[in-house]
Amino acid sequence: MDTFLLQILNGLDKGSAYALIALGLTLIFGTLGVVNFAHGALFMIGAFCAVTLSRILNLSYETIDPEKKDFLGNPAVVKTTYVESWFGPEAGAWIIDWAVPLGILFAIPIMLLIGYVMERGLIKHFYKRPHADQILVTFGLAIVLQEVIKYFYGANPIPTPAPSAFKGSFDFGVLLGMDPNVIIYPYWRMIYFTFSLVVIGAVFSFLQFTTFGMVVRAGMADRETVGLLGINIDKRFTIMFGIAAAVAGLAGVMYTPINSPNYHMGMDFLVLSFVVVVVGGMGSLPGAVLAGFLLGILESFASMNWIKDILPGIDQIIIYLVAIIILLTRPRGLMGRKGVMEE
Amino acid sequence: MLGLNQKDTKFLLIVVALTLLTPFLTQPFAESSGLAQFNAGYPDLMQRFAIYGIFAIGFNILFGLTGYLSFGHAAFLGVGSYSAVWMMKLLTTNVIPGIILAIVVSGLFALLIGYVSLRRSGIYFSILTLALAQMSFNLAYSVLTPITNGETGLQLTLNDPRILGVTATPDGSIPATHLFGLEMKSSAQWEVFGHLFTFNVGYYFCAVMAIIAFYLSLRIFRSPFGMMLRAVKTNQTRMSYTGLNARPYTLAAFVISGMYAGLAGGLLASMDPLAGAERMQWTASGEVVIMTILGGAGTLMGPVLGAGFIKYFENIFSKINDGVLHGWFAFLPDGLEDFVVFLIHPFVGKGWHLTLGLLFMLVVTFLPGGLMEGGNRISRWYKNRRNKGTDTDEGTPHAPKSTPHVAE
Amino acid sequence: MGILEVKNVGKRFGGLQALGDVNLSVAENTVHAIIGPNGAGKSTLLNVLVGKLIPDTGSVMFDGQSVLGRKPHEINQMGISRVFQTPEIFSDLTVLENVMIPCFAKRDGAYRMHAFETVEDEVDIVQKAEQMLLDVNMQDKLRMTASSLSRGDKRRLEMAMCLVQEPRLLLLDEPTAGMARADTNNTIDLLKEIKDSRDITMAIIEHDMHVVFSLAERITVLAQGTPLVEDTPENIKGHPKVQEAYLGQAHG
Ligand SMILES: Nc1ncnc2c1ncn2[C@@H]1O[C@H](COP(=O)(O)OP(=O)(O)O)[C@@H](O)[C@H]1O
Ligand SMILES: [Mg+2]
Repeated sequence: MDTFLLQILNGLDKGSAYALIALGLTLIFGTLGVVNFAHGALFMIGAFCAVTLSRILNLSYETIDPEKKDFLGNPAVVKTTYVESWFGPEAGAWIIDWAVPLGILFAIPIMLLIGYVMERGLIKHFYKRPHADQILVTFGLAIVLQEVIKYFYGANPIPTPAPSAFKGSFDFGVLLGMDPNVIIYPYWRMIYFTFSLVVIGAVFSFLQFTTFGMVVRAGMADRETVGLLGINIDKRFTIMFGIAAAVAGLAGVMYTPINSPNYHMGMDFLVLSFVVVVVGGMGSLPGAVLAGFLLGILESFASMNWIKDILPGIDQIIIYLVAIIILLTRPRGLMGRKGVMEE
Repeated sequence: MLGLNQKDTKFLLIVVALTLLTPFLTQPFAESSGLAQFNAGYPDLMQRFAIYGIFAIGFNILFGLTGYLSFGHAAFLGVGSYSAVWMMKLLTTNVIPGIILAIVVSGLFALLIGYVSLRRSGIYFSILTLALAQMSFNLAYSVLTPITNGETGLQLTLNDPRILGVTATPDGSIPATHLFGLEMKSSAQWEVFGHLFTFNVGYYFCAVMAIIAFYLSLRIFRSPFGMMLRAVKTNQTRMSYTGLNARPYTLAAFVISGMYAGLAGGLLASMDPLAGAERMQWTASGEVVIMTILGGAGTLMGPVLGAGFIKYFENIFSKINDGVLHGWFAFLPDGLEDFVVFLIHPFVGKGWHLTLGLLFMLVVTFLPGGLMEGGNRISRWYKNRRNKGTDTDEGTPHAPKSTPHVAE
Repeated sequence: MGILEVKNVGKRFGGLQALGDVNLSVAENTVHAIIGPNGAGKSTLLNVLVGKLIPDTGSVMFDGQSVLGRKPHEINQMGISRVFQTPEIFSDLTVLENVMIPCFAKRDGAYRMHAFETVEDEVDIVQKAEQMLLDVNMQDKLRMTASSLSRGDKRRLEMAMCLVQEPRLLLLDEPTAGMARADTNNTIDLLKEIKDSRDITMAIIEHDMHVVFSLAERITVLAQGTPLVEDTPENIKGHPKVQEAYLGQAHG
């Protein structure tokens, strides 16, 4: 029971990332009909927004403190960050400590802008072209984006810690009346999961309860008819692309403390996210979310030792295996509508 | 000749000539000239031209003819390399058994993967191949370590049995790969007028393989089978209502292209007997996609051009550092020089992939037919211009102008 | 007993009963027209015949064998060819290649890999295809890419692709829709010639009554997925039910 629970918990954070990326992929595919191989790059850029903010906050100037001496007896050089000097040492330190959560505010406008530019500047010209061309051009874009990041930030992972308040772990076991240290779960992972639920909830309610969302949903179901009603669907789709980019970006921002960001993390997640989308059902938003969490948890179960003893390597391939079985037996995925991209 | 009509025979002969003369053609600059860095006549690079040319020719039989975009072909390349290295560990460092096994095993593997993934088309096919190849990659890194030697990669050692060859040479080192005694790494050099030409056994071996590969692909393009593959690409509905089952055709194309990839992998291992899982990663699959499209998918020469283009510039670009750039732009005023170098810097050296990505995007967007289409457009434009020129010069009445054929 | 026997075929799309209870018998070597207003289920019926759709109920027998559950290419190999409402051709291939492909399918079956012959060496197939294109008056367009043909030519090409297979049953879905008068008359002449010169059964869906009455020996009127009447052209012309359900609508 306890290991069971632990595996579910362990699967949630990766599942959250899958769900968020897959959600954006599905929004783009469902609304614009575009297969976006650059979506993983957007996730990666989000993560580097957090890195950038943390670097900005750590910008400092040097002063010479005559009181203190370094080991040679010279006056010591003291670095003070601008943030500390503006907001005072305490508030300043707090702001720096909270760079990752603050990265959300930083990333939202940037991601919306990137999404807007991407859609207007590139994707727009590929609506009428074959899916293969869309895959190819966005694959090229993904390479470009990842190389740009590599140029500015180097090839090594950049550790970006969570605020110190969330450093520890929460003991679930005690809560359920078990011994301490049986089920412990890092605070930040809990936060990541909660955060993803909030973002998913926000996207769904936006689509469900606003007129804008209603039009977009109608457009996803039947683009031509909505176009005939004289509603400018293209403009809304541009905004949708921006939102999808922002969702991927936020998933990236918050993921930084879990895994230090590097330039190829986007590609790594992209392949899996596509698999998630396919399992959930191409074009189905709830399917993408559900499949994201399910596959995250499944992956976590597959990495349990006794399972690995029976089926060595299963943890490495479980997601792909599930996807292949689903594609072959139920091509529309868990919750996909019949006819979407089927032969 | 060889079952080809006159035009194709001529075409093949040109390709053969170009391939055999590569050591000259890639070495246009004298060693002492400042442009010597643009030479490409090194055995290692020339081998890669031929090997990746084979890989791309094979990929093109699938993608160019049938339109099925596989994102997993590097898996076959990797499997080919592993098979060849195993043959060299167990049997002999003669490359022939290794290459045969590479082709056979990758063909069987392609049959399995193709059987599964060809049940779907369009993006589903792409994602299925991607997933299957990525799965193979993960397995190669983990459980299959006894076969693949995991992250270290599979290498020849002094403990290998090599039952038909020798475990170690008399001086106690690992035997080199060879073709019936002719070592792959041996080269002859010829210096003439300050040009240094290198004739490498390995290159010529790869070149012969590449010519055979090209010839077979030419035959396939001209055959009824090739026509059926193009029919699959344009209209599968019509195909099935014409009484044809598309699946065996696509599967055959998939297996053939997998065998080409296996041959390329086997050759890689024959030139340098090691094999690593990174050769199977999906970015490696992406590379052959880029080569084929950059050159011109569905054309005969395009993939070869694309492979050569990418391998050449990959090599050149990685050599251009700031020092070289400063040398080039030394004629500019200092401030401007620094600025120009600063602008170019991100795109060269380690920035080659950035340039490649941008170039690929431009090609997909503006020149879907790749370099081949670009060449055709230029030659058509040139012909039109020249026709116009002669018309006015000689004052002859206008012949009806041929309208340029607009690509669709 | 006709060469094609459709019995009690029904097909629903969600809440829509596209085909109710269709019974149809097409006699060998006749031209049978199926007419009816838009949305009557005519194309759906053809889709069932060629294996694109599987009906919910009923049976379809061709020459004594059931076609249900067979793949489209298997049904074609039984001798049924179809001309679609919107032309289905190999648009990136040349006109000649378009016609050669059905020749290969006819000669070699559903698949056979001729990877080591050249297309030009298949002299009998090239000749057969060229002859067919001569018959449909497209001999001067052999090397054109099919996508560059006019709409009328695309239809003619598709018809040539079906005819060259010498099918026993040819299904035509509005073969003259969108054609100019002259082209329509050419098509009528062509189909008449085919019908007189060889053993072939045709089922033709058509809105143009001129075409229907020039060719058909029997006519079935379909409305809302069920056959209203089946009779000879003479009787159909005067049939009050048809006047009301179809012709009246078409004229009004
Ligand atoms: N694949 C399908 N899915 C849902 N409805 C369909 C499908 N095919 C046809 N229909 C519907 O079935 C009815 C009959 O269509 P069809 O057979 O094309 O009519 P027609 O007699 O004009 O050829 C129409 O209402 C059409 O909308
Ligand atoms: Mg119809």
